[in-house]
Amino acid sequence: MTQPYLAFLLLLAFVAFNAALLIGLSHLVAPRKPTVVKDAPYESGMPPLGNAHDRFSVKFYLVAMLFIVFDLETVFLIPWGAIYFGRGGQGGPGMGFLLVEMLVFMLILAVGYVYVWKRGALQWD
Amino acid sequence: MNLDFQALDLSRTCDLLVALAPELALTLAALVVLLVVAWRHRTLEDVRLAGWLTLAGLGAAGFAAWFLWWNGARAAGIPAMIAVDDFRLVADWLFLGTAALTVLVSFDYLAREELWVPEYFALLLFATLGMMLMAGAEDLMVLFLGLELMSIALYVLAGSSRRSASGAEAALKYFLLGAFASGFLLYGIALVYGATATTNLTLIGVQVVTLGLQHSTMLLIGLGLLLVGFGFKVAAVPFHMWAPDVYDGSPTPITGYMATAVKAAAFAALFRVLGESFAAVPAWHAIVWWLAVATMVVGNLVALAQRTLKRMLAYSSIAHAGYLLVAVATGTGAGAAAFLFYLVAYTLMTLAAFALLAAKGTNGERDVRIDDLAGLAQRRPWLALALAVCMLSLLGIPGTAGFIGKWYILVAATASGQGLLAAILVLASVISAGYYLPVIMAMYMQPEPSAEAHAGMRLGRLGSAVVAAAVAGLLFFGVRPNRLLDIARVSGASVRAAPAVSSDVTPAPLREPTGR
Repeated sequence: MTQPYLAFLLLLAFVAFNAALLIGLSHLVAPRKPTVVKDAPYESGMPPLGNAHDRFSVKFYLVAMLFIVFDLETVFLIPWGAIYFGRGGQGGPGMGFLLVEMLVFMLILAVGYVYVWKRGALQWD
Repeated sequence: MNLDFQALDLSRTCDLLVALAPELALTLAALVVLLVVAWRHRTLEDVRLAGWLTLAGLGAAGFAAWFLWWNGARAAGIPAMIAVDDFRLVADWLFLGTAALTVLVSFDYLAREELWVPEYFALLLFATLGMMLMAGAEDLMVLFLGLELMSIALYVLAGSSRRSASGAEAALKYFLLGAFASGFLLYGIALVYGATATTNLTLIGVQVVTLGLQHSTMLLIGLGLLLVGFGFKVAAVPFHMWAPDVYDGSPTPITGYMATAVKAAAFAALFRVLGESFAAVPAWHAIVWWLAVATMVVGNLVALAQRTLKRMLAYSSIAHAGYLLVAVATGTGAGAAAFLFYLVAYTLMTLAAFALLAAKGTNGERDVRIDDLAGLAQRRPWLALALAVCMLSLLGIPGTAGFIGKWYILVAATASGQGLLAAILVLASVISAGYYLPVIMAMYMQPEPSAEAHAGMRLGRLGSAVVAAAVAGLLFFGVRPNRLLDIARVSGASVRAAPAVSSDVTPAPLREPTGR
């Protein structure tokens, strides 16, 4: 491919087309029986009106924080996988080393997980 | 397995593991402590168990560092990622020693303040690990990772006294400003990478020379941002605003740890970056010069106005960062030796002073005024003597390590033509007598206000041992500095830029932008 960004542009166009298609179709095809509740904006089951400066339980932050940590763990697995299956063994460190390296990383995270679990950070009550 | 310690080939797994042995030992210890406290975190016994495990881990890492140092470990060629030289190993020893002394002081402190948080020790290990990575980083990314590992653990440690509002304030302030400073540092790294196409410290130095980047705007802005980031971490004026409040609000052993080890780690990393990457860039000399002057003057003058001991020590540690910056500003081998020596002396005296303060007060020691020490010499002569030695050493009176350290900084500064800087250092030290001496005067020349005035002051056996060891070290190095100075000289000389024209250095080619 001579144009390196052509694939990306095609993807963008497809995404835009896809989104427009789905929204348009649901407008055309779906039955419409509006009620007050259905028209209200969706707020994850919370009443949609009220003071924005409400106090939230600190537990939400704890969960969000833990989520980010273990979420990033998964993100790191992807480039590792790309390297491991893409060019492992062709010069540089061997396959075994790459595998052990990632296992050590997982082990360290597992220790953190055990700690968080035993300390009760995953319990809501 | 044929190991050549003098030429470790870091591309081989086995050599790499050997080169990283201190860090690996400490990582393992931190994980073990974390697992143990996951099950046992309720009582004083659990805190003690975690503390002793921590000491064992620090000992193992210290042994590994000593073993490498003893065998004269060096990396072959240009080290990638991690440096293997005396500077790193000596700095490791400083961090590990400081952490061990902090642990010993913390036993009594945590028991008295009823802080059943054994995580404290795991965090201390992680922070120390981050410092070791900073001092050994041969790559800006490793440096950044080490800095973050250290900082994040410290944000939590600053707030480890959960019942205290000032502790929470300290943790939040430290976190917000520290994150800000990390941002500056990272942006600086990005710009330096943009200018030189590498993050390896030695190769940056090579690129600067071969491509003639001494006056490249991008590189200079990157260097400036790096200096801002480091300035925050070492609490150099004008980036010191966070330090007094954070030092004041944190548990006192942690304050001592922050004022010594954290500062030492940031200085070690700064020293390596300037020495290996920017040796050929003249611009930083002027910046560090002004930082040093501002830090010495402001730190000392504001310390004069403090009434509580803890805040006074906080500003005093800012002032001492200024003295260390003078050593950095010289940019010579003598400056490097003076820098390392002073770092050791400063660590000993500051740690001991904070340990004594921790014994004096309760509830974070924020309210211990200098006048509260009145008559301490009659009631507790040994404690008063120890504190007096610390104050005299901080002031730089002959016979103490503080004097020798300052002396060598002065010699290095004048030898490199920084006479004005040396003069300002002397004047600043004179000012500092105005707040160090009142402490001694209160202890020795004022009467005890009441018989009960010092009844609450208690320094446990371990704490006493720490203070005694630190004071003995101060006096010993004040009289016989030769051996330590030799080590400092050799270690300081191991940080240097690669020779400009060298056969085994192949700088990465600057890549063209990939857009077509």
